[in-house]
Amino acid sequence: MAAEPDRLIVSYAPHLRSSDSIEKVMYTVAAALLPATAASIYYFGLRALFVTIVAVLSSVLFEFLMNKIRRREHLTCFDGSAVVTGLLLALNIPASLPYGMVILGSFIAIVITKELFGGLGYNPFNPVLVGRVFLLISFPVAMTHWPAPHVVDMVTAASPLGILKTDGVAAVSNLSFWQLFFGEIAGSMGETSSLAILLGAIVLFFRGYITLTIPLAFIGTTAMFTGIFYIADPARYASPLFHLMTGGLLLGAFFMATDWVTSPMTRRGQIIFGCGCGFLTGLIRLFGGYPEGVAFSILIMNAFVPLLDRWDLLSLKSKREVA
Amino acid sequence: MRTFNQGGVHPPEYKLTADLAIERMPTPARLVILLSQHLGKPAKPIVGKGDKVKKGQLIGAADGFISSNIHAATSGTVHSLEERWPAPTGQYAPAIVIESDGTETWADGLNIDEEKPLELSREEKLKRISDAGIVGMGGAGFPTHVKLNPPKDKTIDTFILNGAECEPFLTPDYRLMLERPAEILKGLEIAASLFSKDTKIYIGIEENKPEAVKAMEKAAQGGPFTVVSLKTKYPQGCEKQLINTITGRTMKEGQLPFDVGALVHNVATMFALYEAVAKKRPLVERVLTLSGMEVKNRKNLIVTVGSLVKDVIEHTGGTTTEINQVIIGGPMMGKAQYTCDVPVTKTTSGILLINNTEIDSLRERPCVRCGKCISACPQGRQPWLLADLGQQRRLGDMPGCGLMDCMECGSCTYVCPARRNIVQWIKYGKAVNAARKR
Repeated sequence: MAAEPDRLIVSYAPHLRSSDSIEKVMYTVAAALLPATAASIYYFGLRALFVTIVAVLSSVLFEFLMNKIRRREHLTCFDGSAVVTGLLLALNIPASLPYGMVILGSFIAIVITKELFGGLGYNPFNPVLVGRVFLLISFPVAMTHWPAPHVVDMVTAASPLGILKTDGVAAVSNLSFWQLFFGEIAGSMGETSSLAILLGAIVLFFRGYITLTIPLAFIGTTAMFTGIFYIADPARYASPLFHLMTGGLLLGAFFMATDWVTSPMTRRGQIIFGCGCGFLTGLIRLFGGYPEGVAFSILIMNAFVPLLDRWDLLSLKSKREVA
Repeated sequence: MRTFNQGGVHPPEYKLTADLAIERMPTPARLVILLSQHLGKPAKPIVGKGDKVKKGQLIGAADGFISSNIHAATSGTVHSLEERWPAPTGQYAPAIVIESDGTETWADGLNIDEEKPLELSREEKLKRISDAGIVGMGGAGFPTHVKLNPPKDKTIDTFILNGAECEPFLTPDYRLMLERPAEILKGLEIAASLFSKDTKIYIGIEENKPEAVKAMEKAAQGGPFTVVSLKTKYPQGCEKQLINTITGRTMKEGQLPFDVGALVHNVATMFALYEAVAKKRPLVERVLTLSGMEVKNRKNLIVTVGSLVKDVIEHTGGTTTEINQVIIGGPMMGKAQYTCDVPVTKTTSGILLINNTEIDSLRERPCVRCGKCISACPQGRQPWLLADLGQQRRLGDMPGCGLMDCMECGSCTYVCPARRNIVQWIKYGKAVNAARKR
């Protein structure tokens, strides 16, 4: 070996980089979603698996097509972000949803919400939630009729939140804590099992890919909001615990409100963002037309993110101490 | 455990040479001594081609207020004066090439033994430091005699020895603290004696170097020193962070250490200062670490200033596999070299030979707004924004976002999952803004 190398590459410091990359982060998030996906397959059968596969494949395919149309030098469709979008979209819809609608959801998420705004990093709104809300508004019946768990022939049932909305607290009093915790209820594929969602969230937390600021602010505010009404009138309003463990609250709080691209970058902004999500969720659930409001509230708060970030920048500038 | 108030990262330490005693590398037959080894104006050459020089003889005189003397690092003949020689900064610098005669004869009046260096007059001490061409050896190369002579309206009450050595791989300061603690403390005492008697003297060492803490504590017994063990966190060794850790004071944007009453000196500098004042030895050699994963014989070496990097690599036997990067300094703030003909200077604390397999595939992705750079920034800034402004060529907006507050420690770029070259954009912004001002 020659003592002196003949080809030297000049690059800027730092020459040492942490091992985190977009790919690693995205595939870790995908792995963290696997418990929820597994739970959905366990409760809703093979159909849930197929829906997941269709959602993931169509997401990656749409991203690939957009890469081609936008003549991107480097393909971004395999960086894992489209896989995460597909997985999350599947977890946000009923297992009985027709495949065409699933593919339409991927289209809205990847093409309309993400790529048309510039691709990863530039989208102001959470692609998955835009996809979900688009489907919910376009196909309200298909999107609000869920298969009951462990039922082979896809008998549809209402979700606990839906029953609560239409029939009141008494109608859901038969659901036990453990049923909600393990997810043996009707609902969107990945929303039902609190246990599976928390398992994934723990992974993300310990890898440092999410902080607990947004989830705690979000969940705490919803619990407080619903708690106040529960204390005032337990006969009319469900307990905060019921609200925490039903619908998309946990999935939304840990996996979607924490999306880096569409959430504030600093702590103060994150607290306001989380509290806003929590408040709106409570408001919609108790007084809105829809039984569930997590997707709407996160999207509404997404719109405030540039403002919150700007506020931080301005206060940093005004505080700027120049000697 | 004490640490600075915000930000910081934990890169792997890679202190592969920590247990290797310092060895002396023989002076090569030909030395290339750069006239610009410090911050400020290059020194003026005062010798001509063919002149005989002795070791320690002044060959480049300090030119202006912020400049530093340059000395012949060995005895011999001036082979040539070069206008442009590749310097570790990535630019060219004028240089004097000396052919060694192999005798290493000191110039007259140098290499003496001062009985009581502490009792010399303030002027004499400063003169010896200035004559010897002592500069900050941690990397910046700020002339030490200027640093030790702050404006009259500033009161210095805290003197800090920087033994943090937070850069991965590098161990020269660590080895010096283990092997020469008494000399380092003497140097520190001499430097502190230029200020009022009440000046507190702290020695800051990261806790991942317990041996160094022990060695310095032992040597410091009975002296006016306080050894402080610091939490291991990069960039603990940056001046602003070290001052914040030890005194709790925060430097505002544009302030210098003496504005908050503190002065920070590097371990190697204090060792050189001791030799300059007590032995009248100019700064003509220094300890550096040659390291890297692929290096056959990693070493801590005393190298004569002016030895070429290729001489050092040759001396240690090179690498086990092909490498593609030579870094002078540490991996976080060091400079990648395009040639091994660059000479070792007063500020060369390490030479890293790296096989960077990732570099060809490293591709900047758009910011994904994860906020990791914000929590990593030890200056509490928003690095992603500076990089965005640089990329969009909105360079005029950068100073308003704390551009000049950045000391390019690289923490933001280290943690960025989108692999953005944030520091590069910041350097670009600084360069263009400085040029516009002119």
